[in-house]
Amino acid sequence: MNYFPDEVLEHVFDFLTSHRDRNAVSLVCSLWYRVERFSRQRVFIGNCYAISPEKLITRFPGLKSLTLKGKPHFADFNLVPPDWGGYVQPWIEALAKSRIGLEELRLKRMVVSDESLELLSRSFANFKTLVLVSCEGFTTDGLAAIAANCRFLRELDLQENEIDDHSGHWLSCFPDSCTSLTSLNFACLKGEINLASLERLVARSPNLRSLRLNRAVPLETLQKILMRAPLLVDLGTGSYVHDPDSETYNKLKTTILKCKSIRNLSGFLEVAPRCLPAIFPICLNLTSLNLSYAAGIHGSELIKLIRHCAKLQRLWILDCIGDKGLEVVASTCNELQELRVFPSDPFGVGHDAVTEIGLVAISIGCPKLHSLLYFCQQMTNAALITVARNCPNFIRFRLCTLDPTRPDPETMEPLDDGFGAIVQSCKFLRRLSLSGLLTDQVFRYIGMYAEQLEMLSVAFAGNSDKGMLYVLNGCKKLRKLEIRDCPFGNMALLSDVGKYETMRSLWMSSCEVTLWGCKTLAKVMPRLNVEIINEHDQMEICPEDGQRVEKMYLYRTLVGPRKDAPEFVWNL
Amino acid sequence: MEGSAGNHEVYPQFLDFIPKEREWLVNRDGQRRHGPSEEKELELRLGPPGDQDWSMRDSTRKNPGDKSESLLSLGYFSSMTQNISNGSQNQMFSASENPVGAVISSPWSSSAYGYRGKTLHNQQQTKVPSFLQLTSPLQGLPVVAHEASQRCCTEAVDIQGAEKKAFSPSSATTAVPNSSQKRTAPGPVVGWPPIRSFRKNLASGSSSKPAPVSQNRVPDKVASRTPVETCRKGLFVKINMHGLPIGRKVDLKAYDSYEKLSSAVDELFRGLIAAQQDSCPAGNQNKQEEEKALTGLLDASGEYTLVYEDNEGDMMLVGDVPWHMFISTVKRLRVLKSSELSALSLGSNKEEKVRH
Repeated sequence: MNYFPDEVLEHVFDFLTSHRDRNAVSLVCSLWYRVERFSRQRVFIGNCYAISPEKLITRFPGLKSLTLKGKPHFADFNLVPPDWGGYVQPWIEALAKSRIGLEELRLKRMVVSDESLELLSRSFANFKTLVLVSCEGFTTDGLAAIAANCRFLRELDLQENEIDDHSGHWLSCFPDSCTSLTSLNFACLKGEINLASLERLVARSPNLRSLRLNRAVPLETLQKILMRAPLLVDLGTGSYVHDPDSETYNKLKTTILKCKSIRNLSGFLEVAPRCLPAIFPICLNLTSLNLSYAAGIHGSELIKLIRHCAKLQRLWILDCIGDKGLEVVASTCNELQELRVFPSDPFGVGHDAVTEIGLVAISIGCPKLHSLLYFCQQMTNAALITVARNCPNFIRFRLCTLDPTRPDPETMEPLDDGFGAIVQSCKFLRRLSLSGLLTDQVFRYIGMYAEQLEMLSVAFAGNSDKGMLYVLNGCKKLRKLEIRDCPFGNMALLSDVGKYETMRSLWMSSCEVTLWGCKTLAKVMPRLNVEIINEHDQMEICPEDGQRVEKMYLYRTLVGPRKDAPEFVWNL
Repeated sequence: MEGSAGNHEVYPQFLDFIPKEREWLVNRDGQRRHGPSEEKELELRLGPPGDQDWSMRDSTRKNPGDKSESLLSLGYFSSMTQNISNGSQNQMFSASENPVGAVISSPWSSSAYGYRGKTLHNQQQTKVPSFLQLTSPLQGLPVVAHEASQRCCTEAVDIQGAEKKAFSPSSATTAVPNSSQKRTAPGPVVGWPPIRSFRKNLASGSSSKPAPVSQNRVPDKVASRTPVETCRKGLFVKINMHGLPIGRKVDLKAYDSYEKLSSAVDELFRGLIAAQQDSCPAGNQNKQEEEKALTGLLDASGEYTLVYEDNEGDMMLVGDVPWHMFISTVKRLRVLKSSELSALSLGSNKEEKVRH
């Protein structure tokens, strides 16, 4: 290959779409490194503190699409205090100053300010795609800037962000000349929307294929929008409430019949179940259905709806569907690949919750299942073993018993064997979350069998350091490990310090590691940032080394301790 | 080789410890024959015949105390479909025996769940290690679905009796988290269950910011089943007053009749009107009208009249329909000058009531 001109190499590299492949290619030799870096357009940075924007820009001058992730995953569950970090501003500033022609920016768990959005909107003439997932720190004013200034905007996708909603006028900021939208998702906005602007925007966006509305968009507007955008592929309804005897509803029924392209359906943030039959005609075409926010649909209505959805590949649903409902899913949706069952009443007694019965039924009816997130009242080893046998193709398996240390209710034993069966059977398992009563044994199984495991989430499990050691020693491909409330201490933490440089990050909270352990690790491994989150002044000004550390987050980095850490975060 | 053929003593499998017996169709995964360092300590090798580590019958080689290794037997949960592709490997076992030795007969094949699990017949009950023979009276626990498994599969688990015994009690002890462990999660735990805050408010069905009370609320089955329509707590609609640039919001749920709504509107705007009139330099208003109550809102007998915009976008006079119907269709309210009523288009479906 060295005799080929660079263009040929570049052309070959073009076929490599996965960033891991491109990373691998760049390690072959310096020639390949050079060709690869000049031709790379998409970069994925899993931890924004692992590298600096300047280094990114230097290495990849052709960058067009950047994905950044900020806070640790457990921030989703309120374990990370606000102001921890993850600011996108320095990235946008650096990119704006450079000659990078950024076109796409995808952020997850980052803090985005209106100022950042404004700067972003003004700095990149060709900016096309903005995707914000679980971000915070901005308001609809920032969105207004994006709408107004990004002349070629194609995608504005806001997923589950905390946005301060100042008004619905941001939608009106899309100029009349903006006709390039392909995807617009503002379902997470809580405030009012200028409905007329929305209708006009849809009317002048002939390429719109994905539209997800928020709660403020009533059914009448939905009907009008669908009239203008019958080619939609992905639809998220807003408020789906109306009198089923009304003319508006009848109009909707007719309009929906024209929307033969819809494959993804979501929303129903408010819903009148008697209006659901309007969507039955399109259910057969659906490959993805997200009813996880539709708290207003009872189990029996859910079941009626599901019966129409034979081609589903992805289903997100609330546990009020019940085990019986899951059996209907199992018999109807034989193509199902991904299932998520969320708790509808997380802090209650859970009359509606699902159990192992539903999961086993799914495993039998849906052999193609490869991704699972399942919140359940209880789980048994026997069921997990059955599921493991029936569905050996799991890539992601996340099980959450609502009571985090609940044993197998039939045998009162830990769920070690059940999860052991899962890891043993599912050879391609990359992500695993455990719950229920668990001893060191389950970690032994994981260490032995989970060869492809990249991410492991553990809570309230294990008996001793051995548990963590099994995992660190056994899972060669481990990248992210997050642990809370487990009896793992310094011995486990320090047993294989080199391991952490092969991983993206390690989170340990409410475990047994002490300040001494963290300090020691930090001293020995200069290319790791070992951060302690010290909330509520748990540690005094001169804390003792023997004191337990409440929250520790460590990650590999090329740029040393971060400079934007707040007071309560100590970098050791 | 492995003497698996004739020698099926009852090897207690860890699955034995599940009190309700189950039958499992288990296939040996012949491919797991690698020997990474982690496995060296494990006596059991998952290998084809000839791998001398394979010893299902041998009760001598184990250290009974080492219960952890016995659990290796956890081993063979590869599915039938996988096994089929590794077909050749399976023949090492059970060649002489009935291949379906490990088959399960599912007493609940006629279970209500209606899944496609098929029933397999257990033919080798006496020869098959116990965990494979287990029939489960446990209702509804479907075990196997893949009947293509007519092939063999003898189990491959190898657990020594001593280990079995060792396991049970130990599992009993490990099952109980010792009190020194703080892991037992009492009551509501921060960040558990692990769902994003966006989802936590669903049960209350509210679109407003998370209510702190939701964490501890006693589950209200009825409430959680209530469709999240306008009948949720707090129906706030905008209300604009003629001449006032800034509107207000009223919670219609707080009232149950038009009279109460009317007096609430009166209170809301009375002060504002007075303030505005004050700022009007000239005008016909005299001081007497300061703080004058807004009366006659509902029958157009006063200076102002209450109208509303319904869910079809039409402007309607307030008061015609029963209160509950009004609540379900109202989208916003307006307080207009009665003298302007005739100039506006009122609801097309309703009889026009032009009043002066």
